[in-house]
Amino acid sequence: MKCSKCGGLAVINLRQHRLRLCAEHFVEWFARFTQRTIETYKMFAPEDKVLVAVSGGKDSLALWDVLLALGYQAEGMYIGLGIDEGIDYSHKSLDFCRRFVAEHHPDAVLHVVDVESEYGQGIPTLARTTQRGRGKPCAVCGLVKRHIMNRVARDGGFAAIATGHNLDDEVAVLMQNTLHWQTGYLARQAPVLAERDGLARKVKPFARIYEREAAAYALVRGIDYIYDECPFAKGSTTNFYKELLNQLELNSTGAKQQFYLDFLRAREAGKVAFEEAGPVELHPCQRCGQPTTAAGLCAFCRLWE
Amino acid sequence: MVQVIYRDKTWEVKPGSTVRHIIESSNLNPESILAVRDGKLVNDATIARDGDTIKLVAVVSGGC
Repeated sequence: MKCSKCGGLAVINLRQHRLRLCAEHFVEWFARFTQRTIETYKMFAPEDKVLVAVSGGKDSLALWDVLLALGYQAEGMYIGLGIDEGIDYSHKSLDFCRRFVAEHHPDAVLHVVDVESEYGQGIPTLARTTQRGRGKPCAVCGLVKRHIMNRVARDGGFAAIATGHNLDDEVAVLMQNTLHWQTGYLARQAPVLAERDGLARKVKPFARIYEREAAAYALVRGIDYIYDECPFAKGSTTNFYKELLNQLELNSTGAKQQFYLDFLRAREAGKVAFEEAGPVELHPCQRCGQPTTAAGLCAFCRLWE
Repeated sequence: MVQVIYRDKTWEVKPGSTVRHIIESSNLNPESILAVRDGKLVNDATIARDGDTIKLVAVVSGGC
């Protein structure tokens, strides 16, 4: 199989783009495609400071790598969640982030927030001891991560928080929300979540990159990433939908991309409209000052009560 | 023979097959898998040669 650009040996076949690329041209294409996505959705400007949420996984490290390669002022942020579950998951994840910096971008800045040492409890303990987390650590984890990311972005003067969500992540969520007619979520799902009332802007520069392409980029660039998924994510519904969608993609090339882009275009053109909750009034939390819909403490501060 | 590695499993297949055939005959979806030989990514039309070690890498992750 030959590279569509140079005739050299292709390392990947991007069927939905009708492209077969060698390692060099794949890396070039990947960076250009990411840049185009950033520009298309007006995610951030070249002079902006961007906070990249890194987990040690392939998507977030690939994102940080490509943003630095494109010349952005991208700083990483790792949140230590205190997840061990017999495999020392959180410590290993942080090691991958640190190794990435040392081996690929020694001058890059990595912010580390350790939940356990900063707040007294890691996610597994919090999930067991709070009503919100009982039986669903991912709900507590999401809340804690959103709070800390927002705090670091606000305090550090970052224009946006960039996450490694790829097209497969987005399509899996879209499918779940469509099957359950979650109209509120369907109204909001987008590559950019605008900044408002103390909530930092959130962007997904890989929203049009297939998960397979992000993994391929990490492999080609020699980025060592944590292969094990979070022990709490095993058997998750999202991964089940991703496998279903890959089955669809196998039989209908480009189906995932088409589903997502057609959804965004149809909503933009007003061809479909979803019930959207009215504007919710946000107040500063009495303790941390972060925006909340609650009158007193925000959901994050209530966790530690 | 060709050694195939996927997660914590290892098995052998006869040389001469394409990577895609190895993936499909292992009941895996080529859309969810990448293949690495000698530490390098290879396309799925690559023919596995005698003595090769092909590592199959699952790409699906995340999903809280």
